[in-house]
Amino acid sequence: MTDMTDPAGAGQVLKVSDLSKSFGALQASKNISLDLRAGEIHALIGPNGAGKSTLIKQISGELRPDSGSVSLLGRPVDDLDRVARARMGLGRTFQISALAMEFTVLQNAVLGALGARGGVFRFLGNVMRDKALVAQAEHALERVGLLSDAKRRTADLSHGQRRQLEVAVALTLQPKLFLMDEPMAGLGAGGSQALTGFLDTLRHEAPILLVEHDMDAVFALADRISVLVYGEVIATGTTEEIRNNAEVQRAYLGEEEPV
Amino acid sequence: MNREKLLNAAVILLLLAIPLWAHMAEEPFLITLATKVAILALAGVGLNIALGIGGLVSLGHAAFFGIGGYAMGILAAHAQNYEPLAEWPMLIEGTNQMPVIWLVAVVASALAAFVIGALSLRTSGVYFIMITLAFGQMLYYFAISWTAYGGEDGLSIWVRNEFPGLNTLVPLEFFLICYVILCAALWFAARLARAPFGLALSAARQCEARVETVGITPYQLRLTAFVISGAITGLAGALFADLNRFVSPTMLSWHTSGEIMIFVIIGGVGRLFGPVIGAALFILLEHLLGGISDYWQIYLGGLLLIIVLYARGGVIGAISGREVAHD
Amino acid sequence: MSLILILEQILNGLQFGVMLFLMAAGLTLVFGVMGLINLAHGALYMVGAFAAAIVAAWTGSFVLALVASLAAAAAAGALVELLVIRKLYDRDHLDQVLATFALILIFSEGTRWVFGSFPLFLDVPSYLSGPISLPGGIEYPLYRLTIIAIGLVVAAGLFWLIARTRIGIQIRAGESDREMIAALGVDISKLYTLVFALGAALAGLAGALVGAIQSVQVGMGEPVLILAFVVIVIGGIGSIKGAMVGALLVGLTDTLGGVFLPQLFGLFMEPASATSVGASLASMLIYILMAAILLVRPSGLYGGQH
Repeated sequence: MTDMTDPAGAGQVLKVSDLSKSFGALQASKNISLDLRAGEIHALIGPNGAGKSTLIKQISGELRPDSGSVSLLGRPVDDLDRVARARMGLGRTFQISALAMEFTVLQNAVLGALGARGGVFRFLGNVMRDKALVAQAEHALERVGLLSDAKRRTADLSHGQRRQLEVAVALTLQPKLFLMDEPMAGLGAGGSQALTGFLDTLRHEAPILLVEHDMDAVFALADRISVLVYGEVIATGTTEEIRNNAEVQRAYLGEEEPV
Repeated sequence: MNREKLLNAAVILLLLAIPLWAHMAEEPFLITLATKVAILALAGVGLNIALGIGGLVSLGHAAFFGIGGYAMGILAAHAQNYEPLAEWPMLIEGTNQMPVIWLVAVVASALAAFVIGALSLRTSGVYFIMITLAFGQMLYYFAISWTAYGGEDGLSIWVRNEFPGLNTLVPLEFFLICYVILCAALWFAARLARAPFGLALSAARQCEARVETVGITPYQLRLTAFVISGAITGLAGALFADLNRFVSPTMLSWHTSGEIMIFVIIGGVGRLFGPVIGAALFILLEHLLGGISDYWQIYLGGLLLIIVLYARGGVIGAISGREVAHD
Repeated sequence: MSLILILEQILNGLQFGVMLFLMAAGLTLVFGVMGLINLAHGALYMVGAFAAAIVAAWTGSFVLALVASLAAAAAAGALVELLVIRKLYDRDHLDQVLATFALILIFSEGTRWVFGSFPLFLDVPSYLSGPISLPGGIEYPLYRLTIIAIGLVVAAGLFWLIARTRIGIQIRAGESDREMIAALGVDISKLYTLVFALGAALAGLAGALVGAIQSVQVGMGEPVLILAFVVIVIGGIGSIKGAMVGALLVGLTDTLGGVFLPQLFGLFMEPASATSVGASLASMLIYILMAAILLVRPSGLYGGQH
């Protein structure tokens, strides 16, 4: 399954080489290799239990692979933890929203801006009146369309709005790439469309590795698709190639119908 | 001005007004009670930084309270006996000057908090609770076995320590010292909560994953909070020992840890004035109910149980509702 | 420092360890199955001791006293579970700590109210008193040996219960996935009450057994409780095997340390300082042990996912 579109590997923002991980007898990742290039949206699809979450966690730094390596922006990051990789520019959104629920929308965004700027260990000064941080936070909120909700409590937001907020917080970090875990999950048709449109413009700022089940969004957005089944990448290619791939069709028979 | 701020203002003014009145009415006992409230509130303010903002359930905070107390006890004991603490490598004498004692108490508690925190924060959840409990007990048993400073019987200091320019033997003057320190601590805690550090620490309590993915390490935040928290509680310990002119291993016991936590919870955990209201209520209960029944702690237990099960926000929560988001 | 002394102290350490296990087993079971940290466990130890003292004074039978301790502690445990504990399963640990701390206050002061502050008496029965000759020339108190035996039998029984019976399967399943066993149709509430009562009974038994050697008074459970916490932190919260290993480690370390550290320091210090330094260090020894183990294994020796 070598990828013939870019054999030289130029412009690789993320490179995953031969990643393997087992949990006891269960092998969740089997020699997974893939990459993410500048300006692209690379979708990762596969049936439930294929090991997509495990793969994402190994890329973000939450899990250590048993073997293989991950490189960000050309540098191997296997020794770096989640925090260090975030500082390097890895933006992440979660399938189940990871937000400070007691905070207002703005506070969550400011947290992101604070993380990006540094200077966390300041004990005086009012962080919510810090003009630079607030401006950065508001800018991100505006981009995802949440600025008018800035003073609302995060716990009061709808599912879709929380999703938007996660993207906004990721934006404040001005990341070099995005790891998105099922951002469409739980969004209605309108929400999905809006987010799809947004991600489409986002790719030019930073490429996106997108784990998704929503095939409409995948086919609308993805430049390349990798198919993960039972921990293995069985195919990587453009949307056309994947749609026509017999193995993929077989793997998905009974699961989801490729459109 | 929202309800919480009004309540806070009322409490802090009342805490000043009552001793002033008592001084004029010549009721020194009330001043002593108020002083106790101020000191215990200070201990609670310390704990509240770790517990209320950071979500660190430290069941061993009495360790710092006791270290502060023993710092005072040891220094003052050597001063009153005219024996130096050490002669080598340099002469270290005891002292009965409060500012020096406070400095030692704060530094000692901060150091202890650093060591205990560095070890304990490598764990989380129930492990953290139990380890902090265990460390507190370790110091408790150590103090009992340290017969040089009284062991189980504790250490008495004959005269209250001195503060330049004041007569600390006058109850009102000592109260004012404690009150000013409490106000300073409250001011600091309030600023901390609104500062970048406070935002990050609170976020770490609510969602650790979020903090890590914005590039902040929760362990460093928590350790810093724990050290600050321990230092403030340690200062309270030194003042407490000074108030009673007595320090004993009881200051280090887990019952004391539990009590400090109780004030904070009854008042409202995470609320700035939670410890103040909680300490006031606790002292009130101790003296009103304690006068009626020797077994007043049953009622304390009952009150605590009710609050935990049905009124989680404590007194402040009940009066002013959900916390207003910081602007 | 003779071999006999060492062996005697090892036996003492075993006896202490076995009693700690009875306490720790209940604590770790409750945490493993229900996810609940229970500070009031020491109160159940006390209830068992008091029940035994009362029944022994009333009937003169030590065996009945032990049965009473099991029954009373189990009943108290079940009652507390039904009234208070069950409201805490869904709460965070802070709430559990506070609520069970409140229970300690209520139990302790309540007991003091009813029985006063003076200790009750529970005597070792005559047929168990006195020393027994063991191989090696050791004369060891028969009662302490009995305690070790009872403790080991109970431990074996507990292991059998967990490994071989249906309740045991439910307990083990509950430890790994609480929602799952509810979905499988197991009556969760009953299971939880049963587990809590079982833990309480073990604590009560320990209280009664130890009460005959030490005294039966309010607050007797608290030092033991803290040690039980240390045991399960060392052993790994949720693991019965860990509780056993941890309990023996703690029991032996504390006993042997208390006896031999002062002697060790006596080798190069004058006796007065040696005793005090040795005693101080001995009292901290278990906590130092705990800290050391946690540095290497933050979840304890056999701890897993909690």
